[in-house]
Amino acid sequence: MLNKKIYLILIISLVFAISFWIGFNVNLLPAEASINAPIYDELFKILFIIGLIIFIGMTIAVIYSLFKFRKRNDQIGDGIALEGNLSLEIVWTIIPSIIVLLIGLYSYNIYDRMGGMKELNHNHEMMSSNTEKIWAGISQTSDNEIAINNLSVEVSAMQFAFLFNYPNGNFISGELHVPVDQKVSMKMESKDVIHAFWVPEFRIKQDIIPGQPTILNFTPTKVGKYPIICAELCGPYHGGMRASIIVEEESDYNEWFNKNKKPEVNL
Amino acid sequence: MTISIDPQKTNNESLQPKGWLRYFSFSLDHKVIGIQYLVCGFLFYLIGGTLASAIRIELASPMSDFMPRDVYNQVLTLHGTIMIFLWIVPVVNGAFGNYLIPFYVGARDMAFPRLNAVAFWLIPPSGLMLVASYFVEGAAQAGWTAYPPLSITTPQSGQIIWILSVLLLGGSSIFGGINFIATIIKLRRPGLKLMQLPMYCWAMLGTSLLVVLSTPVLAGTLILLSFDIIANTGFFNPVLGGNVVVYQHLFWFYSHPAVYIMVLPAFGLVSEILPVHARKPLFGYTTMVFSIMGIVVLGLVVWAHHMFTSGTPPWMRLFFTIATAFIAVPTGIKFFNWVATLWGGKISINSAMLFSCGFIINFVFGGITGVALAQVPFDIHVHDTYFVVAHFHYIVYGGTVFIIFSSIYHWFPKVTGKMLNKKLGILHFIITFIGFNLCFAPQHWLGLNGMPRRVAEYDPQFQFVNQISSLGALLMAISTIPFLINVFLSVRNGKNAGDNPWNALTPEWLTSSPPPVENWKGEAPLVEEPYGYGKEISEQK
Repeated sequence: MLNKKIYLILIISLVFAISFWIGFNVNLLPAEASINAPIYDELFKILFIIGLIIFIGMTIAVIYSLFKFRKRNDQIGDGIALEGNLSLEIVWTIIPSIIVLLIGLYSYNIYDRMGGMKELNHNHEMMSSNTEKIWAGISQTSDNEIAINNLSVEVSAMQFAFLFNYPNGNFISGELHVPVDQKVSMKMESKDVIHAFWVPEFRIKQDIIPGQPTILNFTPTKVGKYPIICAELCGPYHGGMRASIIVEEESDYNEWFNKNKKPEVNL
Repeated sequence: MTISIDPQKTNNESLQPKGWLRYFSFSLDHKVIGIQYLVCGFLFYLIGGTLASAIRIELASPMSDFMPRDVYNQVLTLHGTIMIFLWIVPVVNGAFGNYLIPFYVGARDMAFPRLNAVAFWLIPPSGLMLVASYFVEGAAQAGWTAYPPLSITTPQSGQIIWILSVLLLGGSSIFGGINFIATIIKLRRPGLKLMQLPMYCWAMLGTSLLVVLSTPVLAGTLILLSFDIIANTGFFNPVLGGNVVVYQHLFWFYSHPAVYIMVLPAFGLVSEILPVHARKPLFGYTTMVFSIMGIVVLGLVVWAHHMFTSGTPPWMRLFFTIATAFIAVPTGIKFFNWVATLWGGKISINSAMLFSCGFIINFVFGGITGVALAQVPFDIHVHDTYFVVAHFHYIVYGGTVFIIFSSIYHWFPKVTGKMLNKKLGILHFIITFIGFNLCFAPQHWLGLNGMPRRVAEYDPQFQFVNQISSLGALLMAISTIPFLINVFLSVRNGKNAGDNPWNALTPEWLTSSPPPVENWKGEAPLVEEPYGYGKEISEQK
């Protein structure tokens, strides 16, 4: 009896050890290039480890039962007539409930840190003059509220391209250029069908919907060129609907911006 | 081939064709209808599987080079629609439900035999119509979700035929659901209490409630969508002031419960199979019943988790996170109970048992990624990517389809009176299990690293992993060969099974194999303990 308990404890600690080792050493995610990315990866790691513990544990239990309790050739008759065990049922109702609740609270915290629970607004200055309803999206990340430089971009999506309008410079670009470490605030609307704006390295995604503007705010943290991918089936060329986001040093960005800037036209 | 039925004479057996011909007739026998559902579903599974192979061939290279882009979208739309509405839903509900439920409640047939036959005969025409729409102007190409405005702007004839076909299939599903509820509640043999019913009855009761509550919403939504397409109304058309997100809410109000419509019957079937081959009572009967009903209730209030990146406000995202994650609790209870059922048993390692255990392992994996996907911040990155594709194939293929095969191995001797070959069955399991995991496990990584779903072309850095996935798909295609050989050989020359080859205690085994018309020669037996293994009643047998 004591032996059995020792084996059980050994196996459980081994499952935990393996899961933690894999969780901390196997990276399944692309590069982290925005403030959101490390927050997301923290949640991913926790869920990955909990998932591994449950999956490895259940798999071992099934395979062990198949092996240990398999019917030998000389055996006749049935297994033990055990119809249930109330305390076991209570245990495996309450423990998963607690785990699920804790995961829920934790992911609420993560979502809040990503800016998900903030009031949806595109840009403070613009909001005062513009009372258009914003339907959905992700607002500013809380750590970054002090940032004064706030780049506003208006995104329009159509079959099968993204266009980025820089209202301050009065020009439209097919590539999204943004300065590193500065908050970018995007208002997005579709001209035809539903599209989605996804940058895997930023861990953010938001549908772009015809008739319902959505917003997306992010702060890139790493200089480089990343893909912008449409993630909502939008027609035959959906797979080819991609653009690039170029995160660059502020000086490079300003150079690019000034080169493309057009004087304001007053009609 | 259908014959006209004189209502006065339907009880007269001579009017119904005999032999294999009855499977092509408007038969009222629940067992014939069950087999009609199963074989018809399997034929559509082969069509859907062929389409899946076409998708995996296209994705073996990063360029769109195997078929035109719009045809690719038609293929993925038909693959999804056929697999859900013509294979999984009709088979786990219609096929096994029709065959087993009257036995389990001790009835001679379903409550409404004619409605039952109508429900089945709606399926072949709507399925053929759906497949044939390819030859009109191209099939529907807006995905099985048919989100407007895409579904309004793509070629109309394909989309309209798709809507008509899904409406007919939904009608068939509702007829079936009403019939199951009536049969389980009203046709129980005198003396048989609800809490003595085999677990599959409870699963079908829960499933049928979901069908009856949610399918009409889908029907209404699709009718509105068809108005938008044909009559230029503006329910979901933003150009005319319509709201595209409302469609998504209405669609998922059906289509999330649809997941449980596909999965709950499988939970019921595995609860029948495990105790028989483990020679132990089903562990925790009462909690199993309550967890089914818990899943039914929760399943109705989680739909918006399909829309976390859509037009949903933050509070809504949060509510649906918590509600969805909590479904893991009743589902987890069921899995712990099944493992506890195996524990301490005398397990026969056969095809049915292996497929059931494969189901447990695959479904636990899919359930874990499901809880992760329920978390809004997690979902925002992987929504609409191959991670989601991998997740739901672990649920519906690794889960439900494994159980369909397990059930075929388990009940084949009852239906035909012949045994299936065990070695071919185990070979079938091994190839399916390896092929399935090889195909879908790598897709999680693809999604996390930037491959969206429903694309014909992708970043060349993903080519190697996609080729592994396609290799897995090839194995899955090959795995049907030993299965088909096994079925054909066994129907012709299989070993005689006898009435009860597994020494099972549930009522369908207490009659001859194959069972006679009206199920029992004499009175239906009263089975008070369908899982009484290891007790005296079992020893006497």
